[in-house]
Amino acid sequence: MTTLVYCGHCGREQADGSHEDCRRALAMEPPRYCAECRRRMVVQVHPMGWSARCSVHGTLTSS
Amino acid sequence: MGDILDVAREQVLEQGTGLTQEQLVEVLNTPDDRLEELLALAHDVRVKWCGEEVEVEGIISLKTGGCPEDCHFCSQSGQFTSPVRSVWLNIPELVEAAKETAKTGATEFCIVAAVRGPDQRLMSQVKAGIEAINAEVEINIACSLGMLTQEQVDELKAMGVHRYNHNLESARSYFGDVVTTHSFEERWETCLMVKESGMELCCGGLVGMGETLEQRAELAAQLAELEPHEVPLNFLNPRPGTPFGDMEIMGGKDALRTIAAFRLAMPRTVLRYAGGRELTLGDLGTREGLLGGINAVIVGNYLTTLGRPATADLDLLAELKMPVKELQKTL
Repeated sequence: MTTLVYCGHCGREQADGSHEDCRRALAMEPPRYCAECRRRMVVQVHPMGWSARCSVHGTLTSS
Repeated sequence: MGDILDVAREQVLEQGTGLTQEQLVEVLNTPDDRLEELLALAHDVRVKWCGEEVEVEGIISLKTGGCPEDCHFCSQSGQFTSPVRSVWLNIPELVEAAKETAKTGATEFCIVAAVRGPDQRLMSQVKAGIEAINAEVEINIACSLGMLTQEQVDELKAMGVHRYNHNLESARSYFGDVVTTHSFEERWETCLMVKESGMELCCGGLVGMGETLEQRAELAAQLAELEPHEVPLNFLNPRPGTPFGDMEIMGGKDALRTIAAFRLAMPRTVLRYAGGRELTLGDLGTREGLLGGINAVIVGNYLTTLGRPATADLDLLAELKMPVKELQKTL
């Protein structure tokens, strides 16, 4: 099972604060940080979706 | 001088002559209780001088991040501590994005790169991308690759680029507060070269970046002077890590007044909703803007942020009985 330690929007630990604003922001933009290791991900936004790749933990997509 | 909306009715709606910078300041100061009247007038102007149709476009970032310029609103500048990483899109993904865009009924697909201006590698990638798209997708191709030399303008024209985007970003008098790594005049020069080449010029800007209403009117007047085919209107979406990252989101009513003012400045241009409308206007404001001077939309996502689902915009256009412009009418 994957442990989501970090916030995909701001990169801080999930346990550090409420991240309410981050959750709102993530409705309007892809995650920039890997939730497992906090590495900045390589993000490509497409007209109808997005992909976000962590060099260690693989690729997330909007679908 | 008479009431500005009466003046606009005669000057813009009846005669098709855009308002001056001074008149636009008055429009931008329209009180809330006359906003509905202002939007209705701007819509009448749009329908009379542009028609009922709405132009739909999709955009894609071919080269993201790592830009040497310091546009203070942009998360793709390499000068700020933005979380956006540099990445290039490959040709198959570019073609796929063009196909997705065409499926929405869009007639325009804009290829964008975060650069000061294109180098040979980027020009080669653009050329290969355009050839690959043309082989599989029926859509007009636009580009936004920063500042150009005359040689590059000629190359893009020869590649079949239909429209070139290069925004003024902000009024000349405020530009230095937004960008310091290049000048307003450099941008203006590229716009003139694009126009002279015969490519359609797409040139707009951002509002809500701390400029005064006078400077907002100035931007509209300077755009009108350029006479672009299309004006994309962006509302600041404050991006983390950029100098404008902590700015307030522009109020919805101010955004609607701006839309109407831009329409009254440029009665015949394609006035496009671009980035930031989801935050500034929301669903209700998006509808009001379409009934207040807008006649084009970017559907789907933007370059680094997400837009409304394309279906939401297309459903809204259907509900408003605004037909989507078809491809053959733009060729």
